[in-house]
Amino acid sequence: MKVYLHHLTKKFPGRGKNAQEVVAVNDFDFEIPDGELVGLLGPSGCGKSTALNLISGLLKPTAGQIFFGDSDVTGLPPEKRGVGLVFQNYALYPHLTVEKNILFPLQNLKGPEKLSKEEMKKRVYDAAGLVQIQELMDRKPSELSGGQQQRVAIARALVKMPQVLLLDEPLSNLDARLRLQTREELRRIQNETRITTVFVTHDQEEAMSISDRIVVMERGVVQQIGKPQEVYDRPVNLFVAKFLGTPPINLFSGSVRDGKLFIGEDEVLDMEGTEDQDVVVGIRPEGFLPDTNGPLHCRFDRVEVMGRDMSVIASHACAQSPSIRAIVHSDAPIQPENGVIRFCLNPRKVHVFRKDTQERIPFQVRG
Amino acid sequence: MDNQTDYKRIERRAAIGKVLSRTVVYVLLTVWAIVVLFPFYWMILTSVKSYSAYNSEYIPRFFTLTPTLQNYVDAFTAVPLGRYFLNTLVFTLATTGLMLVVITLAAFAFARLEFRGKNLAFTILLSLMMIPNELVIITNFVTVTDLGLRNTFLGLILPSVTSVFYIYLLRENFAQIPDELYYAAKVDGTSDLKYLLKVMIPICRPTMITIVILKVIECWNSYVWPRLITDDPGYFLVSNGIQEIRENGIGRENIPAMMAAVVVISVPLILLFLIFRKKVMAGVSRGGTKG
Repeated sequence: MKVYLHHLTKKFPGRGKNAQEVVAVNDFDFEIPDGELVGLLGPSGCGKSTALNLISGLLKPTAGQIFFGDSDVTGLPPEKRGVGLVFQNYALYPHLTVEKNILFPLQNLKGPEKLSKEEMKKRVYDAAGLVQIQELMDRKPSELSGGQQQRVAIARALVKMPQVLLLDEPLSNLDARLRLQTREELRRIQNETRITTVFVTHDQEEAMSISDRIVVMERGVVQQIGKPQEVYDRPVNLFVAKFLGTPPINLFSGSVRDGKLFIGEDEVLDMEGTEDQDVVVGIRPEGFLPDTNGPLHCRFDRVEVMGRDMSVIASHACAQSPSIRAIVHSDAPIQPENGVIRFCLNPRKVHVFRKDTQERIPFQVRG
Repeated sequence: MDNQTDYKRIERRAAIGKVLSRTVVYVLLTVWAIVVLFPFYWMILTSVKSYSAYNSEYIPRFFTLTPTLQNYVDAFTAVPLGRYFLNTLVFTLATTGLMLVVITLAAFAFARLEFRGKNLAFTILLSLMMIPNELVIITNFVTVTDLGLRNTFLGLILPSVTSVFYIYLLRENFAQIPDELYYAAKVDGTSDLKYLLKVMIPICRPTMITIVILKVIECWNSYVWPRLITDDPGYFLVSNGIQEIRENGIGRENIPAMMAAVVVISVPLILLFLIFRKKVMAGVSRGGTKG
């Protein structure tokens, strides 16, 4: 079931004196293809949970429409939409056992959808099997660990075979190891069920690693939609470039003069056909190649060894942060001369943005 | 070496202190238990003394050597106590049942629903608690009489089917249930009413049980209102029955028979309390720590 958001807007009334309306979701217009896992990604307060609640029907949009497949569900209350929703804090019913928690949505089915007792039981055990909690069926939620509760919440969302599965920061309460494991499981479950899934997170690594497609948002506005690698490799603006990637992208004040890109006095790349202007240059940590004849001169600070590769910490007068971080292969020769290390740049890992609009300036990569 | 002896002394002192404090606590508790239980003993004792023995005691005796059950027979024959019992049972069950429905729905509305003037309405409702019961009884009497409901069960029951305090108590309990649960239930396809029945009430069950027990006791013990609104013995409750035994006495009132009636009508309540003792305390302490 594809989900289509048509010029969707949600405004909240402001609080207090001189209150201004808060536009949590501003003119969303995109389609989530059938069977895909889409990550809604953005810093906290950017409206991603609001967007999710609009899809689930818990909030009514101020303007715009929501389509599931070809039917308009904008006016439908949440209980009629057939969505499964997993909350950040799971929201399990504390007085019911795991089995009854998972059974709950099935008991509410009416009319032709109503199931017999045996069917319900089978569905409950199938859902429990999918998230591997069959041995916990008689426990109460308070007797489960965070990870187990989360799986129960997913089973409860899946048991009625929803057309759309919505996950609101489902991994944020788990510890690092469990988070990694659960996120792989989510991907596996989604692959098995092929339910169209929308996943909200502020963790870009989480979103990039399991999503078929990510939607990067800021202040209620969609910045960019695309496959994770695409968005990473070709961010449309400075915000997206800054938001994606760990360690984060390194930013420099630079300028384009005579078709060349300058960072300070260092002429780092050719940018033929681009008019002269001041720009912001973003260089991914993996875009630095140590080279004793490289054009970019940085003050060498130290090396952090991480095993597979290492980080070179350096600084540059034009950098927008006190230190810059380059990730290089652990075999790479690091030979600073008089405290200065020189880099060549991989042009595919360099993004140049207009200083005024912060939009990316595309340029031709040669060779 | 010094340290070791020190520890032994401290240990011994602690042991003595513990024994001492225990003793004090138990003595105090024993005294308190006697104070609380003595009236019950006195009630049972009086109920098994014969009418003549009771009246001949110039100084009341703390025991009797010739117990009799005649007073129990008297209590049931002097007035139709069985009938009153039945009336009280009907009154209590109907009042408690209706009240549960009323306060649950009211508490749900104030805790969960959004409507204009909700907070104002709730404040006004709470301020009703400041009006003394005696005042309300007069207006209630006028209203119920005007409705022609004197000497009917409806007239007996109607004024006590709601309770501001219980609405408040339950609303506070409902309000503690996180919103996410409501949203989850909505997405899971429940209506508001179903959410109330299947999620809110089960979660707040200890409080509900406490309210039921307190209300049952209140109904069982009610005297002023039933006395006021009924003059037909067909609608008397047990409390009125006891009063009637007292008034029916020839010359001096038949206190032993009254006591026998009191024992009979107290037993169900005491049993109820003993059975649900743990639940009552659970409800009270839960409300206490969270509220």
